[in-house]
Amino acid sequence: MTDPLLRLVDLKTHFQTKGVGLFGEKKVLKAVDGVSFDIAQGEVLGLVGESGCGKSTVGRTLTHLEKTTSGQAFFEGREFLSMTPHKFRPLRREIQMIFQDPFASLNPRLKIEQTLGEPLFIHGLCKTWNEARSKIAATLERVGMDPKIMSRHPHEFSGGQRQRIGIARVMILQPKLVIADEAVSALDVSIQAQFLNLIKKLQRDSGMSMLFISHDLGVVRHISDRVAVMLAGKIVEIGDKHQIFEAPQHEYTRKLLNSIPRIAIGKEA
Amino acid sequence: MALLEVENLEIAVSTQRNLLPVVQGVSFTVDENETLGIVGESGCGKSLTSLAIMGLLGTSPVRITGGSIHFDGMNLLALSERERRAIMGNRMAMIFQEPMTSLNPVYRIGDQIVENLRQHQNLSHAAARDRSVELLSLVRIPDPSERIDSFPHQMSGGQRQRVMIAMALSCDPKLLIADEPTTALDVTVQKEVLDLMADLQSRMGTAIVLISHDLGVIAETCDKVAVMYRGKIAEAASTADLFAELLHPYTRGLLNSIPVVDRDVEWLEAIPGRVPTLEETLTGCAFQPRCELATELCACEAPQTTQFKPGHSVQCHFAGQDRS
Ligand SMILES: Nc1ncnc2c1ncn2[C@@H]1O[C@H](COP(=O)(O)OP(=O)(O)OP(=O)(O)O)[C@@H](O)[C@H]1O
Ligand SMILES: Nc1ncnc2c1ncn2[C@@H]1O[C@H](COP(=O)(O)OP(=O)(O)OP(=O)(O)O)[C@@H](O)[C@H]1O
Ligand SMILES: [Mg+2]
Ligand SMILES: [Mg+2]
Repeated sequence: MTDPLLRLVDLKTHFQTKGVGLFGEKKVLKAVDGVSFDIAQGEVLGLVGESGCGKSTVGRTLTHLEKTTSGQAFFEGREFLSMTPHKFRPLRREIQMIFQDPFASLNPRLKIEQTLGEPLFIHGLCKTWNEARSKIAATLERVGMDPKIMSRHPHEFSGGQRQRIGIARVMILQPKLVIADEAVSALDVSIQAQFLNLIKKLQRDSGMSMLFISHDLGVVRHISDRVAVMLAGKIVEIGDKHQIFEAPQHEYTRKLLNSIPRIAIGKEA
Repeated sequence: MALLEVENLEIAVSTQRNLLPVVQGVSFTVDENETLGIVGESGCGKSLTSLAIMGLLGTSPVRITGGSIHFDGMNLLALSERERRAIMGNRMAMIFQEPMTSLNPVYRIGDQIVENLRQHQNLSHAAARDRSVELLSLVRIPDPSERIDSFPHQMSGGQRQRVMIAMALSCDPKLLIADEPTTALDVTVQKEVLDLMADLQSRMGTAIVLISHDLGVIAETCDKVAVMYRGKIAEAASTADLFAELLHPYTRGLLNSIPVVDRDVEWLEAIPGRVPTLEETLTGCAFQPRCELATELCACEAPQTTQFKPGHSVQCHFAGQDRS
């Protein structure tokens, strides 16, 4: 049997908090508390769950932005959470994260072409700026932005436009695994639809895998092969998307499905 | 007279060379106790419209070039800076689209809420702190008395958004502008936040402007809806009338592009193309290059706003028609 692209084994990421417990011991916030799952190559795993349950922390831990407390993660069979930054460097390109807060994740001082272009040089994907610019133009076009915006700065864009730039920054590197953290929640529905179609196509053509974190259950159903439901640092239910959406087992999953706002269209509304 | 009256609002961005219009001839009213939803594609001017109402365009290259905004009979565009400050955050409050743009990363969230409260209410520090803990628990932040000392980066995306909601609701505003207030929230917390807003409305008669691209949220919470496209209102009606008959091909396009939870579709029906940038000058209808109904007429002549039916207005030469 071949290794899955990504395998998490009992991942825990705890934070020290300022508070002190009843007996004077330091309190910890168990943001991620024993999470295990696999993502096969070419597979999209949707991750849903209550706000604050630890979804982003899973993503941030996998990209070395938070330190693991315990547990392991394997990329193509190799454990990578314990790697030194130097050893992890080649994997940085392969494992890319689209961040939840587009404003916080774009450097306000850099022009869009610098934001998108510099990683191309760092990872040796381009040699000249001419080459870089044509890649940037093609990628911007794919996320529905006019390539001419390259010479502008982030503050000149609306929330949804900034998010598309964040997506472009990841897609341009052609990673094997994308961790998309609420990547589409700032997008309007039509760009979202274009983007989801694009992802599906990219994913089929290139075999890219995704951990797709979102609270939009319609989007999750559309994009995912399997879905994991998280609550208070733990996965409470995981399975094929049809099973999750049509025969949810856990009470919290059922509560989620019941809270979705719906639209009634037409005269009978 | 409605509580908020926006009339023929024009906003433009100044570049080195010229002034580019971003919002053109936008008019709407919101009554006490009423919720107006604004939907529309990214970049169409929703946030700028709300910043204009809040008087927050300030010194940016973006400025109001025409029209009027009245709140409770006052001309907001004629207020002095001092008069404006007295109203903002007190009688008018706004929930911003991106929490990190309005939370200061170097201060603990508690200090920010306390300061905000004390600016507008006559409270002691201790009382303001107690009230802050209460506000955090209202928006369902767990362990509020501990989390009050967190820095913004120590909170999850949805928690940051809820901190901002708590701040906006804290002074019982008469007008609340909520710009994508629930985008980072899961549906169960979203429901609670929308309930909090509804509760504020029923206690204070608050007028609410809710900007959202989630048509489900709009359908469930708003009394009326304005659909914006590239700086203009493409279609406006009461929520019931709008969803009963979608007149503008753009509104239909938006609705068709939503993935639904109840069934699988292979490819979503995205509206082709993208919103033209500000630099791209257009003759005719701004939606025409992407529209399946477009004809010669649409390419040369911009449609005027027409009352298709009482209370249901639309800007389209072929309103209500299907492709055929
Ligand atoms: N640096 C940190 N220090 C302390 N606590 C943190 C830190 N980062 C996150 N947390 C806490 O860990 C928990 C999980 O946060 P996380 O951002 O992973 O949630 P999430 O599931 O992504 O939520 P959301 O849907 O709201 O984005 C939250 O209670 C959060 O406040
Ligand atoms: N400071 C600025 N300088 C130049 N252009 C700007 C500036 N701020 C906004 N714009 C432009 O004005 C237009 C409207 O922006 P606005 O933020 O109102 O969009 P929006 O409808 O809120 O979109 P979203 O749904 O993505 O938040 C966009 O095309 C944007 O690029
Ligand atoms: Mg998160
Ligand atoms: Mg906006």
